[in-house]
Amino acid sequence: MEGLAHQIIAGIATGGIYAAVALALVMIYQATHHVNFAQGEMATLSTFIALSIIQAGVPYWLAFLATIIVSFVIGVVVERVLMRPVQNAPVLTHVGVFIGLLLIIGNGTGWIFGYTTKAFPSPFSSEQPLLGGLVSAHELGSTAVTLGVLVLVYLFFRHTSLGLAMRAAAYNPRSARLVGVRVGWMLALGWGLAAAIGAVAGMMVAPVVFLDPNMMLGILLYAFAGALLGGIDNPAGAVIGGFAVGVLENLAGAYVVGTELKLTVALAIIIGVLVVKPSGLFGRVVTSRV
Amino acid sequence: MSAAEQTAAVPLRRPETTVAGWQRAALLLAGLALAILPAFLLESFQLFQLTMAVIMALAVLGLNIVTGYNGQISLGHGAFFAVGAYVTAILMSHLDWSFWATLPVSAVVCGLVGYGVGFPALRLGGLYLALTTFSLAVAVPQILKHKAIEDWTGGVQGLFLVKPDPPSWAPFDPDQWMYLVAVLVSAACFLLAWNLIRGRIGRALMAIRDHPTAAEAMGMDIATLKTRAFATSAMITGIAGSLSAVAVEFVAPDSFTFALSISLFVGMVVGGVASILGSLFGGLFVLFVPNIAETVSKAAPGVIYGIILIGFLFILPDGFAGLLRRLYARARRGAG
Repeated sequence: MEGLAHQIIAGIATGGIYAAVALALVMIYQATHHVNFAQGEMATLSTFIALSIIQAGVPYWLAFLATIIVSFVIGVVVERVLMRPVQNAPVLTHVGVFIGLLLIIGNGTGWIFGYTTKAFPSPFSSEQPLLGGLVSAHELGSTAVTLGVLVLVYLFFRHTSLGLAMRAAAYNPRSARLVGVRVGWMLALGWGLAAAIGAVAGMMVAPVVFLDPNMMLGILLYAFAGALLGGIDNPAGAVIGGFAVGVLENLAGAYVVGTELKLTVALAIIIGVLVVKPSGLFGRVVTSRV
Repeated sequence: MSAAEQTAAVPLRRPETTVAGWQRAALLLAGLALAILPAFLLESFQLFQLTMAVIMALAVLGLNIVTGYNGQISLGHGAFFAVGAYVTAILMSHLDWSFWATLPVSAVVCGLVGYGVGFPALRLGGLYLALTTFSLAVAVPQILKHKAIEDWTGGVQGLFLVKPDPPSWAPFDPDQWMYLVAVLVSAACFLLAWNLIRGRIGRALMAIRDHPTAAEAMGMDIATLKTRAFATSAMITGIAGSLSAVAVEFVAPDSFTFALSISLFVGMVVGGVASILGSLFGGLFVLFVPNIAETVSKAAPGVIYGIILIGFLFILPDGFAGLLRRLYARARRGAG
């Protein structure tokens, strides 16, 4: 029984990471109806940047903040430079650009920072075991941080005028433009925010899985699964979906399929959701008129 | 001009088209002869590379049928390539089949797998399909390594096999023979794909891609055509996988990573989306560009791939084949 409880808690801790990446995906999806295949690679790059800053002797939380700002800028620049020119192109072009971005950032990260697996420091440590040894300090801390980020994002979208403008731009770009919202910049801001959230997820997961250029590929897959499970157009749903996938993955890994087939679990969830309930658990059902 | 004259004018044009058809056949034969020539000119390693380029071109052709002509974006065609390679490897190394006997089996198995993937794909619009096939591509090596099928697949170690022997009457060494086999099988597939695309079915596939509602209104059975396009596409890519298994004489899970699916996709975009000839350029690109880039750095091929991919999408969205087509059109305008 204690094993089960431990698996569930560990699942919630990794689920927090998936929830954060899923949220980043959903934010870009809501604004542009694209799924950013390069989200994971962008997060990995951010984590490497964080490591470099920390190794330069900067205290952890200062480096954390600096990384978030740098990642935000990277996100905005990518949208402005790469996505803007093709915004009216067919889906194939968008997928192509995302794949290109994935290749450039993923391999570029390996080129600059090397392919050796690196340890990444965790800001959370504790002398005595927590909750009777069920949960590690890092698990608790990283879950708190991701939940904090999610609350901040929620407050931002609900209670600031900028958040309202961003939602308007995503919901109905034409009307938003008519009332003076700069829709293009809102999209760029959305990309920046998504990159910043991805950076937080990367820094929280790196102490657990260790840092290497391919760190996020599997995580991105779980985040896809979480976003789809919760409904790709619903940020809160994506967060719940992310946590659910984390727990499912851990339980399946521990009791059903073993660790070798963990990625296949994500694939099964994705196909299952898309075939059985394409709108996800909390998504809107979209009917198209012809 | 009277109506009678008009109708009489139609049969007059017939002989012209047969002449064009005859010319085309001659061109095709000349092309084939040109393709066979390197077998006698190149060293064995260069010949091996060219063999792989031909095989990659065939795989890109498969992807082009479903993604280029039918508009269903697949980022997971490496999976079908892997299935084809493993079917051939398992039949040859466990059951001692000859290579030629494994080809139809591999085609049928890949066709069925393609049909199986194409079926849920029906319910998924462009981006979701890309997503699902993307995760398929990422999961493939894990599935291949799984213990339950290790007895057949050889697990992480993979399987060894040997090239088909050249027939005793022919004065070829195994490398030359392998190249000829790859060229002949690919040429046959290219010809079949050409006929498929130029005919009624090809037009239906493109109509479904460009305007599904109108296509359906004109009586096309979208579901059937889409799943069959997926099956055909998987079959062609699977045959390419079979060829690669014997050309490399080895299959292992890590040869079929997500990078393979991505390079097929890049090859398709660079060669030319929805272009038969473009697939050929795509194959050459997929094989030779990373080799050249790798001399710079281990990571360079990926970065250069990405830059070239985005560059083509921005500047030449119809790929290398589209560029040639436009240059040809301009040359003709200039001449006439």
